[in-house]
Formats: sequence, structure tokens, C-alpha cells
Amino acid sequence: MARKPIEITHNGEEKAIFVADGQNLLDVLRRTVGDLTPKYGCAQGTCGACTVLIDGTPHLSCLTLAETANGRAIETVAGLAGGELSPLQDAFMRNFSAQCGYCTGGMLMSAEALLRANPRPTREDVVEAISGNLCRCTGYEAIIDAVMDAAQSAPRRMG
Amino acid sequence: MPIAVDAFPTVGEAAAALLSTPQARFFGGGTILMRALNEADPSIERIIRTADPALREMRSAGGSVTLGAHVTMAAVAHHRDTAFLAPVARVIGGPQVRSAATVAGNLFAAAPYGDFAAALMALGASAELADGRRIPVDDVIRNGARGIVASVIVPIPRDGLLFKKVSRVRPKGVSVLSIAAHLPRQSGRVNGARIVLNGMGPRPARASAAEAALNGRPLESSAIERAAQVAAEGFAPQDDPIATAWYRREVAGVHLRRLLEGAR
Repeated sequence: MARKPIEITHNGEEKAIFVADGQNLLDVLRRTVGDLTPKYGCAQGTCGACTVLIDGTPHLSCLTLAETANGRAIETVAGLAGGELSPLQDAFMRNFSAQCGYCTGGMLMSAEALLRANPRPTREDVVEAISGNLCRCTGYEAIIDAVMDAAQSAPRRMG
Repeated sequence: MPIAVDAFPTVGEAAAALLSTPQARFFGGGTILMRALNEADPSIERIIRTADPALREMRSAGGSVTLGAHVTMAAVAHHRDTAFLAPVARVIGGPQVRSAATVAGNLFAAAPYGDFAAALMALGASAELADGRRIPVDDVIRNGARGIVASVIVPIPRDGLLFKKVSRVRPKGVSVLSIAAHLPRQSGRVNGARIVLNGMGPRPARASAAEAALNGRPLESSAIERAAQVAAEGFAPQDDPIATAWYRREVAGVHLRRLLEGAR
């Protein structure tokens, strides 16, 4: 099988790796890069557990052809916490937003993308932002609460 | 059988490669093809792709907007020139799917994923192929493209686009069916109605009986009622895990009536 060299920025760190023809980005992140935070859920683009940010935009890594990530910046949950939990992760903990935890990584990345683009979202904005992520445990309310909580406890920008 | 993925700098070169291996598949946003690859679909042996920036262009001129094949649903949902299509693009998938799924890809999406294709069909859009041929999107939706769709030219609707996606999942989920309608009026009467139902068969298709019930009449209760009664005529929907064929036939008219009543 052909091996193609690509270069990605993974959570701020430049990496040169080989990918196979037809391989998806989730597989490359988990097996080649060794980042197990994006989860393998459905491989169908339905569950959102594999959500990563590509150049700041949420994408399903299971539906991303790995070679198309060449030259792009990939962010995963592994890059959110810098020594201690990020404010968003902390809000998830305080609001009991994870039960089995399998969806949490994808939820965090979708919420992270939302809060960067829209630091003061409405509840409806949050519902929309996580509408591509399935959670079978929480009933979503605790997750929405956490994202609202993170937005409200963030320092307000004066302007 | 290993998969071969060949990347070409331009859409012209990709089209030439596709011509020489007609069984190869052309890669758009990946939401259809990657899904098939992840399932190890044995029918896929070669994938042809291009990152040609021309396919991501959007331009508007002379009453129409031209969308490059690889323009994403997210781009359509946010761009000023495609505001009339934003209500359609916004209800396709979640944010992650919209950042990948493309305008041209939706023309090839299996039922019930053709919400955007239905809207393009209702608007009378045409597809420009890489070899310069221009054909109605109706033909692409019915028969495939026999080439690469490079862009889609969408006339900006004078009388607005009506669109309804029917889903049983909140805030949104896959379509039970969707309805796209363009109803141009002339002296207060509907003239040249185009009503497209998606999810009522393998491909989005015109609801000709409902169109005939509206043409030449003002958009009022009696005409709307008649169109609703015949909405499912000519359609043979399937039973699937989302809904039964019976349910789809029953509710198609109900949703068409509500959509048209809202436009009066």
C-alpha cells in the first residue's frame, strides 16, 4: 500500500508522518500520532465522538481523508488542558456533564469551537453547536449547562 | 484490494483521469465516500481528488450565483450571496458535517440525504461539468454526471425559496422527507411552479401533480388543498428505519400544505 508523507500541526506541535491511501484522520491520530482523545464511535459521521478542530473548525476525523490534512493544524482534547483542566473542561466536571465519557471529547471540541467564535452564546447556540454530537447518557442538559457555565465564568472582554 | 487515492492539481487533470478509469470515484467533502471506505465498500478501488481552489469559489453575477463544487454547506450557510439557500444549508447535518459536505456532493447523496439537491432542483439550477458542458441539475440527480461537476449555477429566486425538512429528531436529524418549492407568480397567479420532494424515492424528484394543481391559480386555500391531496402522486417511497413508505405518503401532503399556507 502506498505510504504518503504529510505534515500536520498536532496541538501546536509540528509532526511529519506517513498515511495510507484511503486512511481516515481518526485512525492516523490514534495509531500513528498516538493521541487517543478523539474516539472511534460510529465511523459513519453520525455520533461526533471523533470531532477535532482542523484550522479551528470542527470536523469529523473519521470522515476526513488523512492526506487532506496535510499542512493543516489539528486540535484535539489532548491540547485543551495545559497542566490543569481548561475552563471548559472544568465546567464539564463541575456540572457532572460526563457519565460514560465516550462523547465528552467530541462535545468539548464542538463547544470549544463555539466559544472561540461566540464567547457569549445563548442556550440555543449551544444546542446548535453540539447538534452533531450524540450523548446516550446525560440527556444533554448537563452538557449544555456546562458550556453556558464556561461562557459565563470566562472573564468578560471590555470593548 | 488496496485503495488508490490519486490527487491532481487541477479539476481538468482530475477529469481526464476519471475519463481513463470510469469506475473511479471523485472525492468531494468525504461525507459519502469516507463512510463507504470506513465500511470497506468493495466497489471502491480508486479515488480521484483535487484541491483545485477554483472548486471552492463562489461568485454572484446577473441574477445567479455560481457555487464551486467544493463550496461547503457551512460556506453557503454564512455567505451573504447565498442567504436564500442558508435555511437549507443550516439544517444539513451538524456543524462538523457542514464544514465538510459540499454543494456538488449533495447531488449524489443517497436518499434521504439530498436536502440541498432538492433545493437546487426546485430553483432550476444547472451544473457545469469540468469539460464545460452545462446540464440541468435534474439530469445529474436522475442520471449521474458522466464527468466531474465543477460548479452549480443557481438562479436567485425572485419569489423566494420555500423549504421544509421533516425530521423526528430534535433539534434536528435525518430527513423523513424534505420539500423544496419555488413558486414564481405572474399577476397574482402561480406560473411555473417547481416543487421537489426528497426522501420519497431513491432520488429527489418533482411533484408534478402538485405543481399542476397550483399553476395558473392564485396561491389560496382551494389550490393549496388540491396540491396537498396529490403531493405523493407518482412517488414510491421505501420503508426504512426512519419511516415507513405509508407514513411518508401520508405526511407529504400535510407538510406541503403547511409550507404553502405559510407562504400565502
